[in-house]
Amino acid sequence: MRNLLSDKVVALKPSGIRKFFDIVSEMKDAISLGVGEPDFDTPWHIRDEGIYSLEKGRTFYTSNSGLKDLRVEICRYLKRKMDVEYDWKKETIITVGGSEAIDIGLRALLNPGDEVLIPQPSYVSYEPCTILAGGTPVIIELKEENEFRLTAEELKAAITDQTKVLILPFPNNPTGAIMERHNLEAVAEVIREKDIFVLSDEIYSELSYKEDHVTIAALPGMRERTVVINGFSKGFAMTGWRLGYACGPAEVIEQMTKIHQYAIMCAPTTSQYAAVEALRNGDEDVQMMRDAYNQRRRYLLHAFREMGLPCFEPYGAFYVFPCIREFGMTSEEFATRFLEEEKVAVVPGTAFGECGEGFLRISYAYSLENLKVAIGRLSRFVERLKKENGKSI
Amino acid sequence: MREKILQIVEKNSRINLSELAVILGVEEEDVINEMAAMEEEGVICGYHTLIDWEKTEIEKVSALIEVRVTPQRGQGFDNIAERIYKYPEVNAVYLISGGYDLLVTLEGKSLKEIATFVSDKLSTLESVLSTATHFILKKYKDHGTVLSRKKKDEREIYIP
Repeated sequence: MRNLLSDKVVALKPSGIRKFFDIVSEMKDAISLGVGEPDFDTPWHIRDEGIYSLEKGRTFYTSNSGLKDLRVEICRYLKRKMDVEYDWKKETIITVGGSEAIDIGLRALLNPGDEVLIPQPSYVSYEPCTILAGGTPVIIELKEENEFRLTAEELKAAITDQTKVLILPFPNNPTGAIMERHNLEAVAEVIREKDIFVLSDEIYSELSYKEDHVTIAALPGMRERTVVINGFSKGFAMTGWRLGYACGPAEVIEQMTKIHQYAIMCAPTTSQYAAVEALRNGDEDVQMMRDAYNQRRRYLLHAFREMGLPCFEPYGAFYVFPCIREFGMTSEEFATRFLEEEKVAVVPGTAFGECGEGFLRISYAYSLENLKVAIGRLSRFVERLKKENGKSI
Repeated sequence: MREKILQIVEKNSRINLSELAVILGVEEEDVINEMAAMEEEGVICGYHTLIDWEKTEIEKVSALIEVRVTPQRGQGFDNIAERIYKYPEVNAVYLISGGYDLLVTLEGKSLKEIATFVSDKLSTLESVLSTATHFILKKYKDHGTVLSRKKKDEREIYIP
């Protein structure tokens, strides 16, 4: 066999920080602030509903697009929370996590040569999924001075005749940035004028601490050119259930459903039954978790101020993104030294795009007690670095 | 702010007030004043520690006692409740709806000590009609906290 593997797949860049994570996984006694999933268990009544569905013997496939009850509840939820309406039958699909929705969304939209605008720093799968779908990724480097929000000017400057899709990843992993209504209105104007499509990854929509999350699909003239991706992993602490969804114009959802049907068949049945319960009776749990994250967020920002570590105030997800440029190290060097000397793992910003250089992603999906220990060590480390660099504190 | 403070100190009364102010995003002075006001008003009645006595060498026996009583004219149940809660070995006294009137929780050194309390002190009170004593065999969860096990972080490392 001369050419065993797909050239396209072989050419995909492996994660730039694989080496760093190899060290993390070998260091058993390290405290990790690197995890990107909630520390809460799925609320019990939701788990219970999953268990009940198993007891009842609901172990069959669901329809390809997902349980009707769940899709109806999703439509109610989106109307209630974000004032956007979808037809459950034609405009929704249940997927295996938000990540599947990203993949099949791009595959349904792209033709060879189509350019996909990807704001970075952002979740790692947009770029490879674009390439696998035959598109060409075009990176928009977001800036700290804009609190890592996408501006209309940045968007306009990146658009060419080949631009087809903008990925809109807010609230953002890894920066914690959000887009407020006025930010969205500004970019929506450009999107409509230049006639491009939006894949809006709103998986962190429940974790927004300044104002309720606004979906771009709710803005005038945007519903017909947006696929909204969301899911249960972050807001409802259901990562392991692998359940997400996409809502958008029927013609796009129809094609996405085709790919989903051939590649996946349907999302896990147990998870779908549990998710119905999450949407019907989960608001209080989400509120409780959001409050807890917000308290930790405030604690971290305060601690950074105290130790003199610059960090813009992020209002979303469960990440903070402090800047470590002043120490004259790369993000990976900083993270590696911090891990070796203080046994705390944080993720170098460069894991999420080159423009993440100079930053660290610190997750606060950890109890305050754990955060305190880790922050004590970070403070000690920063102090040591400042002394080494001959700076006064 | 009051509700938020109470939610937090109910779970962790040892949190220091400057930290409490930070995580709630308010001024420390306001937290101090609010806490003082709540103590003054009797909203906050004490700061206790949740102890799993089973993990110590110290012997403790706890019981729940259902008490049926005759309410007194003009006093209702208050007088008899007071008579009962004044005993230092009594932990809690609740007025209950349903098949009996008062629920008394009790802590003693031994089964015998509790039995003596019930037969000598409680049952002999004039308005007490009957009692039913239930001994607690094991505490699984108390004050919203699971006592038996410490939860480990089992999340796995994955490369994003």
